[in-house]
Amino acid sequence: MTTTLTATNSAAIAAEFVRARTRAGSPAMGMVMTVVVVVEEQDAAATLEAARAASHEHPARVLGVVLGSSRGAGQVDAEVTVGAGWGGEMALLRLVGEVVKHPDSVVLPLLLPDSPVVAWWASRAPRDLAGDPLGRLAQRRITDSAAAAAQARTLQVQCAAYSPGNTDLSWTRLTPWRALLAAALDQHPLKVTGASVAADRGNPSADLLAAWLGQRLRVDVRRITSDGPGLTEVTLETKKGPIRISRPDGRLATFSSPGNPDRPVALRRRDVPELLAEELRRLDEDDVYAATARFLARGLAAKKTPTRKGKK
Amino acid sequence: MASNPLRDPQDRRLPRIAGPCGLVLFGVTGDLSRKKVMPAIYDLANRGLLPPGFSLTGFARRDWADEDFAQVVHDAVKEHSRTPFREEVWDQLAEGFRFVPGEFDDDVAFEQLRHTIEELDVSRGTGGNHAFYLAIPPAFFGDVVGQLKEHGLADAAGDSWRRVVVEKPFGHDLRSARELNGILDGVFPDGSIFRIDHYLGKETVQNILALRFANTMFEPIWNANYVDHVQITMAEDVGIGGRAGYYDGIGAARDVIQNHLLQLMSLVAMEEPTTFDAQALRIEKQKVLSSVRLPSDLGATTARGQYAAGWAGGEKVPGFLQEEGISATSTTETFAAVTLHVDTRRWAGVPFYLRTGKRLGRRVTEVAVVFKRAPHQLFNPTATEELTQNALVIRVQPDEGMTVRFGSKVPGTAMEIRDVNMDFAYGGSFTEASPEAYERLILDVLLGDPPLFPRHEEVELSWQILDPILDFWAKQDKRGAGPEQYPSGGWGPGSAEAMLARDGRTWRRP
Repeated sequence: MTTTLTATNSAAIAAEFVRARTRAGSPAMGMVMTVVVVVEEQDAAATLEAARAASHEHPARVLGVVLGSSRGAGQVDAEVTVGAGWGGEMALLRLVGEVVKHPDSVVLPLLLPDSPVVAWWASRAPRDLAGDPLGRLAQRRITDSAAAAAQARTLQVQCAAYSPGNTDLSWTRLTPWRALLAAALDQHPLKVTGASVAADRGNPSADLLAAWLGQRLRVDVRRITSDGPGLTEVTLETKKGPIRISRPDGRLATFSSPGNPDRPVALRRRDVPELLAEELRRLDEDDVYAATARFLARGLAAKKTPTRKGKK
Repeated sequence: MASNPLRDPQDRRLPRIAGPCGLVLFGVTGDLSRKKVMPAIYDLANRGLLPPGFSLTGFARRDWADEDFAQVVHDAVKEHSRTPFREEVWDQLAEGFRFVPGEFDDDVAFEQLRHTIEELDVSRGTGGNHAFYLAIPPAFFGDVVGQLKEHGLADAAGDSWRRVVVEKPFGHDLRSARELNGILDGVFPDGSIFRIDHYLGKETVQNILALRFANTMFEPIWNANYVDHVQITMAEDVGIGGRAGYYDGIGAARDVIQNHLLQLMSLVAMEEPTTFDAQALRIEKQKVLSSVRLPSDLGATTARGQYAAGWAGGEKVPGFLQEEGISATSTTETFAAVTLHVDTRRWAGVPFYLRTGKRLGRRVTEVAVVFKRAPHQLFNPTATEELTQNALVIRVQPDEGMTVRFGSKVPGTAMEIRDVNMDFAYGGSFTEASPEAYERLILDVLLGDPPLFPRHEEVELSWQILDPILDFWAKQDKRGAGPEQYPSGGWGPGSAEAMLARDGRTWRRP
């Protein structure tokens, strides 16, 4: 059930949460975190739907924040929803006028006591997440470079401005690939002499994967441009032959390794709610992402020529 | 072996994927295989935890081809899997199904099984690593294990492994448990025998250790100074169904108390292990089990019964003695309750009451730690009339979670104190869909990770606890004092109520 509050403030919104919960039957709160979602008006419905799906795994208070034009007198409007398929509860906050410059003043009183805060920029993200008024409130800051207009460039900016707690969904997308590659080297403890990553143009996940492999394996990683969808192939060269995962259709991959028959592996491209749910499972700093992001930022800063275009 | 540069202990996103391997399933048509094992394998694949090339071989007395077996798995997965059915996951598994028809004493069939496994090593890259899952009655373990040995299926070459997985019952008394272990032990080394007690794969059961040893607020009161007694209940609302052949002569105590309830009890009662590894956990569990003492008067401290015909949950149900395949004079109990003492400083004088039964009020498993009353009551007896004892209840299933019961003032002018509950529901704070116990356990078998599997020492200690009670009941049977009839759909026989009443206590209604 949704209640609309016009020209309101945080205290009224907080009171409405309690009233709505009581109406729904139970005033008890089992929620484990607050998720602040910064959205554009036109994406709000789809983005909050993804947050709703993720709230099944992580019951949370979700605060959708739409930042309107900052000119004129400030006003806060809110829609408060409890139940209706939400594991927790949700408020969509629309800010216009001066208050747009102070969104933290609206959000801070609505954070659940003594529990983690996650901020998620579903499309456009500020350059400095940790310095952003809403980003400052959160210990986990999630962006999605793949949703931005200039994907690779956005990722580069995020990596350069990395601070503890930041993460990007293009990193989350890599988990199944990385798991398979790590398992492959468990099986074949061979020295990797070279590697390549193929994906569609500007794919930020491919840049991260190449950086991860380059940093961990200390080899040059070739970036090859393919027609996609998404990542299409990863190859690790060893002296016994290549270890290769190739996924031309975004669904079912073929796993090849030295001395073994080729085998199919399910490697479906995951949708945003699944990625978000994985992201919310751990709220401490992701050290491996930190190292990869730093490596990527350094690597790109050193070589101005974009090797990403592919040499092949 | 050089360490894997792609692995990093800090990288906790990366799941552990089992290495290349295959599973051979004996008894493919049983409920266990279709409802638990096959769906769990699919769910593991869907979560990306099975290796590429994982293969499943069925062995049964059926005239099937590989495709027929694949169809059986497909149907079982569609009907019972936890996660949504996806074509690409099925495609990953599909080429790895094999079927070997034959009897357990059929040399030709086992020779064919050996060829099948060798073929899988070539065509699917299973690398000689195979687990044999015996989802069959224990009477056949000897035959199958003997055949595996004879046809060289139990011998692992080089770095590869062979493991055997067995389900309860692990014998029906100490002697038979030792015999059974002798059979397995003669073929597979101890570390390669995985005994599945699916309760230990449950999140809530593993959480008992987290609750006790990761927090500070529970452990200080977790002893005889504060705890009055502990009740462990596993109730089922169903009868024996079609399992007469298995159940008759086994009964509730052997079926449930010997394994699930004693394992739960050892987790609740054990001291803090030095580390969280298999060896340290086992040592502590064994210490608890070996300090268990039975009361001297077993007649007054145990109870048993059989469900009678009647109404349960709005349905008319037959009594145990009327079930098909059960003799009208059967003395097998469908309800059992026992009192145990743990002779340690921590638990001196705190009885552990364990009960289990079929056709009880509802399906529930829980551990209730009931605390002593306040030594001095500030409020007068009228004010505290509705206040009972504080309790901490761990709900193992269903509705996994924990409840704390304590007294609180009823709003109003009079001072009146009543019990209230504070509730933690797993579904409320964590994932809606916890992995099934079988997913966890099968993955642990494939990874070779033993902490959640009871070892034969624990099995034998459990039988040492239970055997005197079973002997006592057998003697009672000879005197014509068999199990008491209890109404279906209730909470067991009057003798169970009387057993606690003698100690001045009552069973919780779970």
